[in-house]
Amino acid sequence: MSAAVLDRFLVLSPEGLLAVSKERGLSLSTEEMKVVQDHFRSRNRPPTECELETLAQTWSEHCKHKTFRAAVDHVEKDELGLERRREYKDLLKETIVKATDDVKRDWCLSVFKDNAGIVSYDGKNALALKVETHNHPSALEPYGGAGTGLGGVIRDILGAGLGAKPVANTDVFCFGPVGDGPEFKTGSGLSTRRIFHGVVSGVRDYGNRMGIPTVSGAVFFDDDFRDNPLVYCGTLGLLPVDMIHKEVRKGDRVVMVGGRVGRDGIHGATFSSDNLTTGIPSSVVQIGNPIVEKKFMDAQLAARDLRLYRGVTDCGAGGLSSAVGEMGEETGVDIRLEKVPLKYQGLNPWEIWLSESQERMVLAVAPENLEKIIAFFAAEDVEASDIGEFSGTGRLVVRHRDEVLVDMEMAFLHGGCPKRRMPSYWTPPSVQPFPAPSKGRKGPDVVDALLGILSQPTVASKDWIVRQYDHEVQGRTVLKPFVGPKSIGPGDAAVMMLRPDSREGVALACGLNPHFSRWDTYWMAASVLDEAVRNLVAVGARPDRIAILDNFCAGDPTDPRLLGEVVRAAQACHDVARAYGTPFISGKDSFYNQFVDPKTGRKRAIPTSLLITAMSHVEDIGKLVTMDLKRAGHWLYVVGETRDELGGSRYGIWSSKGDAEARWGQVPHLNPNETWPLYEKLHEAMNQGLVAACHDCSDGGLGAALAEMSLAGGLGFHVELRKAPMSRDLKEEARTDKVLFSESNARFVVEVSPKSRRAFQALFAGHPVASVGQVREGAKLQVVDMKGNSISWSLPAVEKAWTGGMKV
Amino acid sequence: MTIKALVLRCAGTNCNGETTWALEKAGARVEEVHINALLKGEKKVSDFQLMVIPGGFSFGDDVASGKVLANKLLYGLRESLDAFVSAKKPLIGICNGFQVLVKCGLLPGLDGWDKDLSVTLTDNDSGKFECRWTFMKTASKKSIFTKGLPDVFPLPVAHGEGKFLPSSDKVLKTLERNGQVVFRYVDPQGRKAGFPWNPNGSTADIAGIVNAAGNVLGMMPHPERYAFPHQHPHWTRLKPLPENGVGLQVFKNAVRYAAQVN
Repeated sequence: MSAAVLDRFLVLSPEGLLAVSKERGLSLSTEEMKVVQDHFRSRNRPPTECELETLAQTWSEHCKHKTFRAAVDHVEKDELGLERRREYKDLLKETIVKATDDVKRDWCLSVFKDNAGIVSYDGKNALALKVETHNHPSALEPYGGAGTGLGGVIRDILGAGLGAKPVANTDVFCFGPVGDGPEFKTGSGLSTRRIFHGVVSGVRDYGNRMGIPTVSGAVFFDDDFRDNPLVYCGTLGLLPVDMIHKEVRKGDRVVMVGGRVGRDGIHGATFSSDNLTTGIPSSVVQIGNPIVEKKFMDAQLAARDLRLYRGVTDCGAGGLSSAVGEMGEETGVDIRLEKVPLKYQGLNPWEIWLSESQERMVLAVAPENLEKIIAFFAAEDVEASDIGEFSGTGRLVVRHRDEVLVDMEMAFLHGGCPKRRMPSYWTPPSVQPFPAPSKGRKGPDVVDALLGILSQPTVASKDWIVRQYDHEVQGRTVLKPFVGPKSIGPGDAAVMMLRPDSREGVALACGLNPHFSRWDTYWMAASVLDEAVRNLVAVGARPDRIAILDNFCAGDPTDPRLLGEVVRAAQACHDVARAYGTPFISGKDSFYNQFVDPKTGRKRAIPTSLLITAMSHVEDIGKLVTMDLKRAGHWLYVVGETRDELGGSRYGIWSSKGDAEARWGQVPHLNPNETWPLYEKLHEAMNQGLVAACHDCSDGGLGAALAEMSLAGGLGFHVELRKAPMSRDLKEEARTDKVLFSESNARFVVEVSPKSRRAFQALFAGHPVASVGQVREGAKLQVVDMKGNSISWSLPAVEKAWTGGMKV
Repeated sequence: MTIKALVLRCAGTNCNGETTWALEKAGARVEEVHINALLKGEKKVSDFQLMVIPGGFSFGDDVASGKVLANKLLYGLRESLDAFVSAKKPLIGICNGFQVLVKCGLLPGLDGWDKDLSVTLTDNDSGKFECRWTFMKTASKKSIFTKGLPDVFPLPVAHGEGKFLPSSDKVLKTLERNGQVVFRYVDPQGRKAGFPWNPNGSTADIAGIVNAAGNVLGMMPHPERYAFPHQHPHWTRLKPLPENGVGLQVFKNAVRYAAQVN
């Protein structure tokens, strides 16, 4: 490939155009190829190969979000067979972005336009948050793929505004069940254990070396993630409010800083915009070196404070072609590829242009600061190279010595991609009633069930992973991943203090539950959004300052049924975020998480997955609340109503012995207008110091929440299940398993001292909140069930089930 | 007088921020200085009364933990560091900084600046990075760094190569006889205990040592990560909450001592 022109391009038939797209791995559709052909016809010349590649990178699903930006014709059929239609002109704008527009939060400083969403923090400083996925690379080369995934999102934060200082990382993984042997082989040929260990250590070695604490996350195991693991990496950054905007002026120099360019990571953006299959060269995956990134991070932030540059973006997917193309959109840009420093000689010019070699940023530098900034970086052994000029011509011009590889209008590069129109269809699955519980050998099954749920790898302690990640570097982590006297209890959210002289802080949490998608992605999305929000509320973060991020992962969106799932989830995001007043500030999507076996043609897609990452402001870190039981004699309350909602529950998985086809029971719903007042009141109770401990109910319901609080605090309890607030049908049916394990949203277990009891109850008068029992000394977890019988667990058994559940 | 403290920075230094917070809280005036600035002579070690080599992954811990930075000190800054240490000024290496001090021979410092490695810090017995809180027992009451510290107190560790390993029993005995062992890992009750309280399998549970002269301290746990009360892993259970984290005392001691010798 070179500046050579594609001679016959202008006269190719639509089929011929598609063949060119396929042969060259451009991942462009016939329609998009036709738009390119028409453009070059009007210019009376065929495109160069490099121009075609540049268009493919810029128009890739990965960079352009063509599905979320598409016009969608959505059709739903309900249980009665009635059809409802809705036309979206732009899916993203009418769902997620609309929620943000509607809630009008003045503390949102920069949303959906920069490399990260930015909100105000303490008046002088702002917070930037971004979460990315690196799924395709991690399936092929887990260690490198996951590590560079984290490296990439850190650069997003360094490229947000004029650059934010990363202060926390989050990581969320979805894997197939861990094992070796033929039954654990994945599409890329690696075992699920190889992928698990590779991803965990890749993120560990990158994050720890960057000196950024990994404070929040989740791990989800399900066989449908076997071929396509999901690796979400997020970074939170801190920057002065007067540095949230960037600019590029005509005449500014294009300066590349950081690592050198090699042949690694060629075609990363386009490869991740297609289904995974076998025979993909691992050269699409980048090779990371965190110390190179750490070096330029330190130097860049110092250069920022001296205002030595005025624009910055990271070099990620698409390499220079994307970064430079994006920064020069308004001005145009003139690039000299021979000035780009290389790892080794022998790269073709187009490889220099497209390589996704890691650890690079592109800066816009005023000519008078050029020498100064190069010397500034050199003082810390960071290479900075002047590779061109923001030209003012409105054109993207790329040269290598005398050869012109690209000469295109920016307007076409960025505005030429045709809008897609996509069909979308959804019909609910048929759901069976939840079967009656079987009797266990030693009495009621709920005793075994709770231990079984606690030891499910998705629910069980992630201690083995968490302790390999430095979650305290920078000394800011005031609520750590594990809480309680033995530091084994799963905290609901992490909290960071950002300045040593202030009691303010920022809380981070997430929500994820792809299993619910097998029922209905609308309620999946509503549930995970609620989970992320209530995790923040559970520790005492402000409910009125919650900002959220969406990360969608799904299979092939050109399948209308799959797109239907995405549309419903996006609609739920809008509805709940709007009702809660929690704006989305940024987001990302990753499609084609589907493996196609070239021999059999068998397709295997992941369940549609949505990660919601949430952050909020903490007024006074001294008022934060942890989930470990504090003291015998304190009262236990359940906040929020339990309903007959066992669809997709961990108990359902336990009862059906992991049958992925079982659709038992109703998936949890959410009425945000009813639940929000509970969150505000709970926050008020915490502000008044009335809450000794609080834990949200999610996986495993009330039963798991109580057990986790108990093992975290090393104390037992006595609880009467019948006293919990619950729907009338549940009360009448009186099934202990349902009440104990329903995963209804918007619920908490709260510990209150006798002294605070009256005030707590008064605060919640008229709401579904009830005292259910007391914290007890000793190692017995005792529950009086729905029929009045006493059942119990021993603390050591519960602790053993939970801490030993995740097999590595 | 206000003590001027140098916090050394290089490619891969991570804990400079919290070390600066702790030193400032202890009353020092802090400057974070890049190794290149010292090597080029733009900054001088002699302008400072206290020096800390903070944690991190200096130069990616390529070759071995701390080795590259240790060689830069050994071959680029030997004279000025020698003068600093001989003047009895306090020098602290934490985590990666401890590894650096061991690998350049300033610790255990049996001959001032050791020619041969008599101890090392190597891979944790668990075979992986360990980020967790444990307890210290103050093993030497005489050390300038341990004044006012409780007999047993909590600190966090976060490292993959923290196992303290002397080259022989003789070396271990010498260190103990000289009172050079200042901190040992113990359980919350102050008893000898295995993993996880000894998080790396260190010989004789050694968590921190000083040089023979007593003014150079190296320790794997992070006192700078417990300078503020809310950094404690279960501060929500501590009633009343202490005013400061215990780790701050190490820095207060260093600052006070620096004021005496300067």
